[in-house]
Amino acid sequence: MAHQADRSEHTVSKRVMDLVVAGVFMALATLIMWDNWRIGARWEDDGPGAGYFPFRIGAIMFVVSAITFVLKLRDRTVEDGPFVERTQLRSVMQVLIPTVVFVISIGFLGIYVASAIFIAFFMAWLGKYPAAKIAPIAILVPLALFLMFEVWFLVPLPKGPLEAALGY
Amino acid sequence: MDALLSLVHGFGVLADPMNILYMFLGIFLGVLIGVLPGLGGANGVAILLPLTFSMSPVSGIIMLSSIYWGALFGGAITSILFNIPGEPWSVATTFDGYPMAQKGRAGEALATAFTGSFFGAFVATLLLTFLAPVIARFALQFGPAEFFAVYLLTFCSFVGMGRESPFKVIAAMMLGFALAAVGIDTVTGQLRMTFGSTELLRGFDFLVAVIGLFGVGEILLTMEEGLAFKGKSAKISPRVVLQVWKELPKYWLTAIRSAIVGCWMGITPGGATPASFMSYGLAKRFSRNGKRFGSGELEGVLAPETAAHAAGTSALLPMLTLGIPGSPTAAVLLGGLLIWGLQPGPLLFVEQRDFVWGLIASIYLSNVAGLIVVLSTVPFFAAILRIPFSIIAPVILVICAVGAYTVHNALMDISVMLVFGVIGYVFKKLSYPLAPLVLALVLGDMAESSFRQAMLLSQGNMSIFWANPLVGTIVTLALAMLFWPVLSAAMDRLRSPARSREAALPAK
Repeated sequence: MAHQADRSEHTVSKRVMDLVVAGVFMALATLIMWDNWRIGARWEDDGPGAGYFPFRIGAIMFVVSAITFVLKLRDRTVEDGPFVERTQLRSVMQVLIPTVVFVISIGFLGIYVASAIFIAFFMAWLGKYPAAKIAPIAILVPLALFLMFEVWFLVPLPKGPLEAALGY
Repeated sequence: MDALLSLVHGFGVLADPMNILYMFLGIFLGVLIGVLPGLGGANGVAILLPLTFSMSPVSGIIMLSSIYWGALFGGAITSILFNIPGEPWSVATTFDGYPMAQKGRAGEALATAFTGSFFGAFVATLLLTFLAPVIARFALQFGPAEFFAVYLLTFCSFVGMGRESPFKVIAAMMLGFALAAVGIDTVTGQLRMTFGSTELLRGFDFLVAVIGLFGVGEILLTMEEGLAFKGKSAKISPRVVLQVWKELPKYWLTAIRSAIVGCWMGITPGGATPASFMSYGLAKRFSRNGKRFGSGELEGVLAPETAAHAAGTSALLPMLTLGIPGSPTAAVLLGGLLIWGLQPGPLLFVEQRDFVWGLIASIYLSNVAGLIVVLSTVPFFAAILRIPFSIIAPVILVICAVGAYTVHNALMDISVMLVFGVIGYVFKKLSYPLAPLVLALVLGDMAESSFRQAMLLSQGNMSIFWANPLVGTIVTLALAMLFWPVLSAAMDRLRSPARSREAALPAK
């Protein structure tokens, strides 16, 4: 995201972030309008085309975001703080990055093993807990999920090599 | 009385002991969800929704709605003991609830909050019992144009009543509609906005979006604040409860006023959050002790909690009768109905009597059950809150991932959830509202199909939306709501030209 590129102590201001988000909205609205115009946003022989409604949605989205963009662009007097402070951003990334890794690893390890590793890593890294405290939580939570979903409610969750080795 | 007979019939449906068990289970889970950061009514219900697929619709909705009532009760616990609103609608409860806890009157504050919640929900349920069949019968005459007009009113109300910039409200709403349109168009069978990707064929499921926006987004926000829970301990003894119950009748006027405010805000999609603020504000203005509000007044806890619970309950009225949810959580419940193959709307009252009246009867019972559960288990839930965030956060994220996966058994949805989490975080920080986004995502298909049908009837002529007095009134009301920010600004300017010019200057 935009604020990661910033090298100085402060990150982007709220106003810049507002402009970026409004710009993304406008780009998205353009994409929506383009795709729906392609499949037919006008009145066809048998009624409104498939893109009739979404095209109008895209158009409204473009107009309101353009207004937000212009309002923020002209609004220079108001002192507004940074979008996120640097230490705050670090805390957020401390959660977000391990979570991204966790989500990717689910596809390879299955959700139970991935969850156990994720909880253990989180507790060790951010909580600085001793292994004796980590182990029960990191094992019992996935085990409880397993019993609840696979056994009790019969809802299959993604499984990996470990479950396969155990015969599931 | 027709409604009373139906209600008795509803209690008959409830007689199954399994349903009572599900009710208690739901309330317990609901309070837990309400207490934990990052898990709220909307995403909690969304995560647990797949677990109910194997149940009968009646048992399923009883459990899910009980989770919702539980979450409404649970929000008060964190507000009072920890000064952390577990749910947005409990923010106003912290104003007087936490000062009371600091003075060692936590038990009284909690007992007041729970009793107020119970009263608010009871009034709203009475309203639901007697008003819902009437509205449903009336709505049976609705055609596509009328339905689209009601959808329009719902969405325009967000613009008129929201505190955020109207342009941001509309932008968020349109994003919801656009996401809802992704995938195969049900009428023409054409692919819309899939850009050649097979993963996008399924479209975006709003349950996944809700889990991401409210669950993951909330965790990221909580992390940013670097929360350290420093809570007051809570003991509720029967003596304290009885003492509070003796004192509460003094504030009957506040309670009734708050319940009315809550019901009104719940039916119109204002929702529980503004209802609780409005009711707190009114109580402060009208109370004899108004000046002492904020320093720990019983009345200041009673007012917002009563209104929030009344609003949360009455949000089911438009959901059941018109198929239009009054809040994100009601929207998730509506999603559940659709998955069970029940089409919410006026026909539900004709075709699914067991279901509707079983649900309404369950609201009476589950609020009594909820009151008993929360009064007796507060110390337990307060203890849960003392678990450090570095343990709670990964567990909640794991639960969110499981919830997102089980909606469609799709791995891709977990990544989609994460993206929605980041969107939720950015939107919260820039005050783009999330509720209209979620509601547009849920109602997008239905709003579009009613719009298309209306257009087909009129051969593309917009005048169908003013074709008869009923639809004309609703559409005009909707437009008034849409342009309310402009109208009210214009009225202010007319009334005091000098002041508004001053106000307008710094904006330039």
